[in-house]
Amino acid sequence: MKYNVNEKGYYGEFGGAYIPEMLFPNIEELRLNYLKIMREASFQKEFKQLLKAYVGRPTPLYFAKRFSEKYNTKVYLKREDLCHTGAHKVNNTIGQILMAKRLNKTRIIAETGAGQHGVATATVCALMGLECIVYMGEIDIERQAPNVARMKMLGAKVVPATSGSKTLKDATNEAIRDWINNPTNTHYIIGSVVGPHPYPDMVARFQSVISKEIKQQLAEKEGREHPDYVVACVGGGSNAAGAYYEYLNIPEVGIIAVEAAGKGIHSGESAATSALGRMGIIHGSKTLLMQTADGQITEPYSISAGLDYPGVGPMHAHLYTSGRGEFISVTDDDAMRAGLELSKLEGIIPAIETSHALAIFKSRKFKEDDLVVVNLSGRGDKDLNTYIDYFNL
Amino acid sequence: MNRIQKIFSEDKKLLSIYFTAGYPAINDTVPILQELEKNGVDMVEIGLPFSDPLADGPTIQASSTQALKNGMTTRLLFEQLKDIRETVSIPLILMAYFNPVLQYGVEEFCAKCKETGIDGLILPDLPLAEYKEHYKAIFEEYGLVNIFLITPQTSESRIRQIDKASNGFIYMVSSASTTGARQGFGEVQRSYFERIAAMQLKNPQIVGFGISNAETFLAATKDANGAIIGSAFIKMLSEKGIDGIENFIHSLR
Repeated sequence: MKYNVNEKGYYGEFGGAYIPEMLFPNIEELRLNYLKIMREASFQKEFKQLLKAYVGRPTPLYFAKRFSEKYNTKVYLKREDLCHTGAHKVNNTIGQILMAKRLNKTRIIAETGAGQHGVATATVCALMGLECIVYMGEIDIERQAPNVARMKMLGAKVVPATSGSKTLKDATNEAIRDWINNPTNTHYIIGSVVGPHPYPDMVARFQSVISKEIKQQLAEKEGREHPDYVVACVGGGSNAAGAYYEYLNIPEVGIIAVEAAGKGIHSGESAATSALGRMGIIHGSKTLLMQTADGQITEPYSISAGLDYPGVGPMHAHLYTSGRGEFISVTDDDAMRAGLELSKLEGIIPAIETSHALAIFKSRKFKEDDLVVVNLSGRGDKDLNTYIDYFNL
Repeated sequence: MNRIQKIFSEDKKLLSIYFTAGYPAINDTVPILQELEKNGVDMVEIGLPFSDPLADGPTIQASSTQALKNGMTTRLLFEQLKDIRETVSIPLILMAYFNPVLQYGVEEFCAKCKETGIDGLILPDLPLAEYKEHYKAIFEEYGLVNIFLITPQTSESRIRQIDKASNGFIYMVSSASTTGARQGFGEVQRSYFERIAAMQLKNPQIVGFGISNAETFLAATKDANGAIIGSAFIKMLSEKGIDGIENFIHSLR
């Protein structure tokens, strides 16, 4: 079985482009051009140069000695937290801004949850001198104030999404509505491997630099390209898609996806889509989705704004239902403790999203000689207020 | 011949009204339909409310949110409409986002529509290719007309494909926008209306988005066979309720 997208835009039975006709010309333009543009030598050259000189790639693959000793296995951390802007999100926004320029778009829109993708988009728009509008849920604007300020400093306009749960799902709705109302000059930089085809595939390809580097770095450090496991947190799933990408079709590499259980899977306040969702359509994609019996999309909950999404990218829905991926969910409490633990053991304060991935080691046991790579998707600066409140620091 | 196909054989400019089922109050669905027919409306689109209506602007979003709060569900809507053909004879179309239909089961949904006397469906986020590949045969089996949207940006070749796949009418979105975003028409719309008229499509066309009064209704139906009013009607309902329908409809033509 292949786990990449097929020629019709599906991963198994998930994916597709369930979009109103108003969006068809834009999505079709992108679908017909994205692979062609990405293959151009000039595109690749510019993309790689920016990743190196501006983002700071390759990011280190760091052997976490004290963390490994504690859990009696061999853990490497892929340091995406060291990317410019503090998370992996910028890999994708660099790629998409170059794409937008080649499609002659002059206006950029984006949605953001935690604000990391908003900041990464505002950053590349400043870099390229393009107009930038970021939609962000009203509640997220309150809980991620530093990122809102950063976006404003970078010249972006931050528009609050005031409908529904006022979080990431609603910000995405507003961005899509903006695109419907601005059909010719605007490119929508989606921040995750969600949305209509070709977005999930395009974003995964831009993020695949993560696993390309892991392969090379592991070969240098361990004399092997393939770890036993790759672990990543999944909200929409872009950091995970990037960390898994090169290993999707290599069965001996175990894929572990960590979702946010919130206050507990069955607490009614959770974002564990694989456990709670069934097939449905959200933001133009057929995927696993948290919804009522009647097909209304339900409000998710997680302490981490970046995992607070009621769906999951179609690639991940397929990894789950096919059994290729092992899906684990982690509560707010376990994630917070894991974030504090990594800070103390390794001197690295992770984003709360990433802390979910680190929390599995308490219950998911690995063999002593297993080689486990955890994608350290972002740093915890933006979450300092949440850490302060939680631990009374 | 389906009721939709039949009404287009009459030589008149059709007035069609959209409203959200379960709004303003949960049991308003049937009285609104009866009042619309009584006042000479030619066709109605009944919106099944959805939590995330991507193609809709603030007015219809707010009516959907309220209707869901009121307790509207797919099953309840069919229950409310089960005897509708005893009192209402104009064509009725359900407008729904695809997810609630998918969760109900597409075939079960279509069967229920037929049983209820629904004539057609508008599913704005079910794309043409998916429809043709997976659902066309089901729609046809239950005698339902599927209605596609076109916009000023839709290419001529795609309009031809949509015309070929349609068997009722084509819904011409007047400008690239969400519902209720714009009022009135400019040069872009006029030339778009003329361009479509000149294409001599096999299906009649109805214009929607941006129509709110007699002036815009007249402008929209100069070339097209009719026009749909949605957000403006919902705004009126919010302010005046069912009692306001008579005056609103008579002010339009």
